[in-house]
Amino acid sequence: MREPSARPEALNALIGTLDFAEDRNQRIQMLIDIAERYQPPPSTLASRPYPESHKVPACESEAFVWSQARPDGRLDFYIAVENPQGISAKAMAVTLVECLSGAPLPAVLAVTPEIVAELFGPELSIGKSMGLEAMVGMVRQMARHQLESSAE
Amino acid sequence: MSDIAARGYAHPEVLVDCAWVADHLDRSDVRLVESNEDPLLYPSGHIPGAVEVDWTRDLNDALRRDYLDRDGFQALMRRIGAEADTTLVFYGDKNNWWATYAFWVFRLFGHADCRILDGGRLKWVKEGRALVREVPSYPPSAYLAASRDDATERAFREQVLAHLEAGQRLVDVRSPEEYRGERLHMPDYPNEGALRGGHIPGAANVPWARAVDPSDGSFLPAAALRGIYEDEQGLRPDEPVVTYCRIGERSSHTWFVLRYLLGYERVRNYDGSWTEWGNLVGVPIER
Repeated sequence: MREPSARPEALNALIGTLDFAEDRNQRIQMLIDIAERYQPPPSTLASRPYPESHKVPACESEAFVWSQARPDGRLDFYIAVENPQGISAKAMAVTLVECLSGAPLPAVLAVTPEIVAELFGPELSIGKSMGLEAMVGMVRQMARHQLESSAE
Repeated sequence: MSDIAARGYAHPEVLVDCAWVADHLDRSDVRLVESNEDPLLYPSGHIPGAVEVDWTRDLNDALRRDYLDRDGFQALMRRIGAEADTTLVFYGDKNNWWATYAFWVFRLFGHADCRILDGGRLKWVKEGRALVREVPSYPPSAYLAASRDDATERAFREQVLAHLEAGQRLVDVRSPEEYRGERLHMPDYPNEGALRGGHIPGAANVPWARAVDPSDGSFLPAAALRGIYEDEQGLRPDEPVVTYCRIGERSSHTWFVLRYLLGYERVRNYDGSWTEWGNLVGVPIER
């Protein structure tokens, strides 16, 4: 089950803002505004063609995820969305990059794939949901790996 | 001769190109219908005058796994201001995957003049044509819908089983990984929401997107399509064919290709698809 208090505060704040939307159209507009903040990863980190090892499985918008450790062990996340029409994927990527980068790793691991339905509502196709959930899963995988590495 | 007319399709009249759409933007007897997988796409920008038809909210029954009924379709057509003689031009994301799905559902109700914008959103954008965010409003029409015809273009599981037992052809349009029944890389998530992975015995595997040019989303010429479906897979235009995928959306694209571009008269879309067949008790599968 989701534990909102354990998640990064920035993510809870963003979802709280979305919940202020008066109707579906306003919420969609807010998500589009988030998507428009999308920036590809810096070329110093990755360049095309992006390696398959960083590709999000099941994401039809061709998303790729990277992480870089900070001195304190927390991670900065970078996500590329190659499909120019992948607006939902970009909104998801911006949400994860902005809200999870620099967060305590246990807080990152408290973000579960259910976040997709929280953000986008129940009307996404199964395929689209699975792709976005896989993006969350890849970020969690990197956080878990970092946490386990730092514990060794 | 236009590019579309030169491609050798059986029914070239069901396709229009971007220039045709641009020339008909102000026509009251033409209605553009955008249908996407991504619900953020239409609000972020669409072809001027286009209405949105959302496959979950507008085309599906909310309480049973089925499409909207006659009353629902009539209300939808009235809402978008369509009359019986309105030309509906469908387009959308993912190489018109969802546009052909909407097209298929509209054809179940027998609306006469349904067409597809060749290349969909991708080609429109690639040609540098305008998108707008203004949502149009049309006066409600007095559209009178026909009852839904589930016999001609749609297949149900019992019919698919009989089709299979008669040795007739099926086309599984999913990815090869789905066709082979391999798990997705999703923990705790059964493949395709079904208990079993694999395909209906004897089905040919032709991923739906092979029918389009990935550079701009346009349909391949008829000769290239025949090469895929007939030379490679041995389908024949005079034989009955059933297409399927996961829930019938990708397979509506292949249904459109076979039915209209190659002129197959007896092709039906099995919308139960793998989410039904993969869970059915007592039916065979192959891996």
